[in-house]
Amino acid sequence: MAHALLFFWYSGRDPFMTVRLATLFVLVASVAASPAAADARSDAKALVDFGISVAQKGLWREAIYRWEKAVETDPTYAAAYNDLAIAYEHEGQLVKARKAYEKALELEPNNSQIQQNFDLFKEINDRSSTGKDK
Amino acid sequence: MTGAAPVKTSSRLALAAFAALAATLALACGPEFFEIPIETPIQPKLDVSAFQRVLVAGFVAGGSDDIDANQETVRLLRSQLRTKSQLKVIDADIMSLIAIAQDQRKTAAGEDAPAPTGTPPASTGHGNSPPAAGADPRAQAQPMGLPPQIRDEKDLEPYERLFANVAYWKKIGEEYQNPLIVTGTVLFIPHSITGPVVRDQDVMDQLGRHRVVSTRVYVERKGFILAPKFVFIDGRTGATMYSERHREEILYNAQQNTPALSSYFELMDRIVPDFLSTLSSQKIKGTRVLLK
Repeated sequence: MAHALLFFWYSGRDPFMTVRLATLFVLVASVAASPAAADARSDAKALVDFGISVAQKGLWREAIYRWEKAVETDPTYAAAYNDLAIAYEHEGQLVKARKAYEKALELEPNNSQIQQNFDLFKEINDRSSTGKDK
Repeated sequence: MTGAAPVKTSSRLALAAFAALAATLALACGPEFFEIPIETPIQPKLDVSAFQRVLVAGFVAGGSDDIDANQETVRLLRSQLRTKSQLKVIDADIMSLIAIAQDQRKTAAGEDAPAPTGTPPASTGHGNSPPAAGADPRAQAQPMGLPPQIRDEKDLEPYERLFANVAYWKKIGEEYQNPLIVTGTVLFIPHSITGPVVRDQDVMDQLGRHRVVSTRVYVERKGFILAPKFVFIDGRTGATMYSERHREEILYNAQQNTPALSSYFELMDRIVPDFLSTLSSQKIKGTRVLLK
């Protein structure tokens, strides 16, 4: 609030100063608002990184545990949902995998890598229900 | 004017320093994605835990005369099931379902006609022994003409009633100690189409230079269509548990002389994984991208 008052007080006096102050204000406001979000993302990122390292060693259940924690910590982290979906897919938990892929794409609809993973998943998943008569 | 040069140089230096810093950071952070191989387990479409044995009985087959689609399909499925399923495969004579269906039709027609002695026709083995009890009434009460030679899907339709003959399949089940019975229809027919194909042609222009030009030409292509229907029957009850249809086709240049049997196996190669996934869990290998 004090920042805003300072900004409006100065803004009428010098146009050059107004631009500088506006930039400063935006920076200060965003830094003041974001520590919690930044902490959540950095915690989730650490979990995702660890999950990747254990998945690469074939420890998929451990990876699932880490990535489930990651999406709990930061529910807006699309990469964590993508990785979790892959792990569910590998474990044969196809319903959970689909939901996780859909969440990842909801968060990042234009992410071509997530889309590609999801397309491959659907190709396999749909096989189990093709050609059925009854 | 004289002061401009140092400013430019310093801004270039700053830009270079920034680029170097960004590159160093990117390297320090490592890649943002990792390809990883996965194996997706697919559960079987059918619960076959009640069966220890499977009888691939035979198929109503038709189409090309170049191969015996009944025999080839039975042999191929038996060998696949031996290696890729938990079920014990019963080695039995391959049933000629066309002959069996025709015998059943004759018997049904005989039952429909007024019997002078009042006694039902005697049972004589697999082919002509459809017990009346439990049988689908439609399967027996409406004898339709069964084409002796099957050329297309329409010719196959009247034979479909054979799979609804619960009593017949129950009897077969009893004979082989209640296995899972696999049967169905197989149509393997020659196929040809004429259509546009884009081809690259090497042409020489007025200056004697070679150029590749894409042209659209109409060509005839020949091949085969393979359309099997697999029917899974519970040998304990004779009832159909599940059935599924497939259709695959392959086309070659008209000049190419590919044996029918090779085409049959090429097409079956595409269908067999789906067939197996009905009975046993499969692992499908693939690659996905993990993201940071």
